[in-house]
Amino acid sequence: MSKGDKLEVLDFWASPYCGRVKIALEEKGVKYVASEEDVFGCKSDLLLKSNPIHQKVPVLLHNDKPIVESAIIVTYIDEVWPSNSLLPTSAYDRAQARFWVDYIDKKVFETGRSVWGSNGEEREVGTRDFIEVIKHLEEALGEKNYFGGEAFGYVDIIAISHSPWFLAYEKLGGFKIQDHTPKLSAWIKRCLKRESVAKVLPDPEKVYQFVLHFRKMSGLD
Amino acid sequence: MTEVKLHGFWYSPFTLKVKWTLELKGIPYENIEEDRFNMSVQIFQYNPIYKRTPILVHDGKPLCESTIIVEYIDQIWPENPLFPIDSYERALARFWIKYADDMVSAIRLLALSSNSEEQVKAIEKIWEHLRVVEDRCFNDHEKKFFGGDTINIVDIAFGSMVKFITVLEDALEVKILEYEKFPHFHLWYNNFKNVPIIKENLPDQDKMLAFLKFSREKLLGSS
Repeated sequence: MSKGDKLEVLDFWASPYCGRVKIALEEKGVKYVASEEDVFGCKSDLLLKSNPIHQKVPVLLHNDKPIVESAIIVTYIDEVWPSNSLLPTSAYDRAQARFWVDYIDKKVFETGRSVWGSNGEEREVGTRDFIEVIKHLEEALGEKNYFGGEAFGYVDIIAISHSPWFLAYEKLGGFKIQDHTPKLSAWIKRCLKRESVAKVLPDPEKVYQFVLHFRKMSGLD
Repeated sequence: MTEVKLHGFWYSPFTLKVKWTLELKGIPYENIEEDRFNMSVQIFQYNPIYKRTPILVHDGKPLCESTIIVEYIDQIWPENPLFPIDSYERALARFWIKYADDMVSAIRLLALSSNSEEQVKAIEKIWEHLRVVEDRCFNDHEKKFFGGDTINIVDIAFGSMVKFITVLEDALEVKILEYEKFPHFHLWYNNFKNVPIIKENLPDQDKMLAFLKFSREKLLGSS
């Protein structure tokens, strides 16, 4: 990182999408400031100005220029600081990585929400859907240590950022990820040992309490 | 000798995005038209997760999801680049491609709307998107296209969606891309559809209208 670079992440502690950005920056050894946003209350002027269309976190401000959408931000980080590459080198492998990142983005949080954000039959359906998603991820992982092979990379960062929410899904859905996807469980433990991941990701118990509070406020409990 | 095959639907904006990318780069390919109601077995092998097209098969290796495919094409065949070179500009381009792709749900809603209330709701959603682009993307008056003097991947992404909007305008007799509401967008599209390679590769409007009528009858029991 050159001396003049200024990096700020507009952040929310529980957001997996923000988690990814911070893990990527940590992996690159790049200094940044994380500014917590009050996403349910009053969003800062900076956030509204930096992401006027979606008004969401994360936003990466690189020398005051905003980059939005977490997968796009992580790719940007990898391109600007190319050492310790997060994406594979071959075009085909990159396409495969992007496919799984896109799948994770489309499916993990949404199916997870159908577990924690509902009750009764809706939750049962949501639980089944979520388990199907993690089974696909387990298949994609296969016998590898990481999604990209031997090295922790792009897909791993995108996927592991969701893991703090899994305890909430398990407790509310009444299942254990370990029982359905043992390889994925092992991969989670492996990733959590990584300094960048351990430093950035919130405590799953704290996320679970946050979810319970959210449920209560939404009238689900 | 490299072999490129494209499995898709002639009427899909996502297939069109890939087609235009291949044509603009002058990449020879075999076009394999799939039947949505009777897809070839290979589709399920190549794309077991989504079971859908477009699918690009390059020397036997399949690639899925149009945005991923076009980025792959641009990397493998870097001449006449369709993605910006600068990292920040690339990030912006990726943002707008996703924004264009996100229009499809409102377009689908409109295509399958069975009453005027659904129609109005869908059109308003499309207008929301068009308003954002109109307000944010045309501030540089020097630029004829999103790519500058020549079209790039963002032009292709929006162009593929707008083509379908024009078909819906004709089919449902509604006005969506109105000049008064979206003057810059309107002008951009007129320029875009007249780019020679795009013009040669635009699905025929009458054929699209007939197809939409057929689809609506099949899915809604009405036209």
